Amino acid sequence: MSSVTIRLRVNGRSYEVQTEPQRTLLEVVREDLRLTGAKEGCGTGECGACSMIVNGRLITSCLMLAPEADGADIITIEGLAQDGRLHPLQQAFIDHGAVQCGFCIPAMILAGKALLDANPHPTEAEIRRAIAGTLCRCTGYAKIVEAIAAVTEAP
Amino acid sequence: MRRFDYYAPGSLSEALSILQERGDGGRLLAGGTDLLVQMREAGLHPSYVVSLRRLPELRGIEFDEGAGLRIGACADMAAIEAHPSVRQRYRALFEGASLIGSVQTRNMATIGGNICNAAPSADSAPPLMVLGAVAEVAGPGGRREIALEDLFTGPGTTALGPNDILMALRLPVPPPHTGSVYQRHTPRQEMDIAVVGVGVALTLQPDGEAIQGARIGLGAVAPTPIRARKAEDALAGQRPSEELVARAAELAVAASRPISDVRGSAAFRRELVRVMTRRCLGIALERARTS
Repeated sequence: MSSVTIRLRVNGRSYEVQTEPQRTLLEVVREDLRLTGAKEGCGTGECGACSMIVNGRLITSCLMLAPEADGADIITIEGLAQDGRLHPLQQAFIDHGAVQCGFCIPAMILAGKALLDANPHPTEAEIRRAIAGTLCRCTGYAKIVEAIAAVTEAP
Repeated sequence: MRRFDYYAPGSLSEALSILQERGDGGRLLAGGTDLLVQMREAGLHPSYVVSLRRLPELRGIEFDEGAGLRIGACADMAAIEAHPSVRQRYRALFEGASLIGSVQTRNMATIGGNICNAAPSADSAPPLMVLGAVAEVAGPGGRREIALEDLFTGPGTTALGPNDILMALRLPVPPPHTGSVYQRHTPRQEMDIAVVGVGVALTLQPDGEAIQGARIGLGAVAPTPIRARKAEDALAGQRPSEELVARAAELAVAASRPISDVRGSAAFRRELVRVMTRRCLGIALERARTS
């Protein structure tokens, strides 16, 4: 059996990709679509650095075979800024000094977006639970939680 | 990952034919949170993978006042956690589903996968066992049903054959005055594996004075998730009291056969069974009184 053809809609743009079935969605998005915001950390779904929003839900793309995403609507960190303006979460992360090395930040911001899309006024406990699957080894999380909370308070 | 042939059949009969034709060496893929980890890190190299995501028979969660709850094997933990009937009537299952992994894990991991992966620590297993779940299985000889507690045969193994597909889990409507709960002990709150998991479903008699029946399910204390039947028998027909609950907890300890591993010693696990069974019986009793 040879490669499979899959259709993806990523950040509003349609792609058709030929891939061998054992490649992950993360590999296809990074290597074929050249969208490198999502990172591979652990490769086993524990660190969350590869998170993407697939059909409205946050998932770890290192554990999704590319053909499993056939037909999916996908948002990566590259899709958040609009017309040269940062997404409010991106701006809040900058304003609150929530970024250090940056490796986990695309996933952190997408985790925040997935939370706020479903629950615009989360408690701090809900914010912490929403980012529990995304590890940061620099910040200690406090400023990340503050940045997400700041967007919930915005009018 | 090594190469494999990939199938995404659109119907159950097509999926069963693929398994029949290809034979050994294949794997069923649901949410991927266990399978891909095993393929990437644990040396599992299937020659073919059959994706279950397009099978309509395996999807959805439906509740009916007569028939109870039917959870398609490909229902994910987040959908189970969010389902209003699960929250109201199958509290232990709600609690088990909401403890698994992270947001990302719960958006991908399926109940069928959690059961078929058959980890002794699977957080959905004790809740399903105490809530009386039955597995609907499709195989070469047709469809059959297996009580959940008969499904597990050892760590990572089940009574399903290589050509079988778990379709759904069916749970009866809990009787009136029933309370259920699932708790686990982990060193950290999120993204961890149960050192011990305890599920309880308890039904009071209509007058609320005595226990009509109770089920206790234990995770991570034996090669499979188990029921503590002697503890259950000790509770049936009795008026609840601290002494009774303590005796049931002792019998649950006697039913467990834990090992010592990185997550805890056998002695620590036995102590957890004692404390957590007592605690869960108290919560289930309280919930039964207010249900």
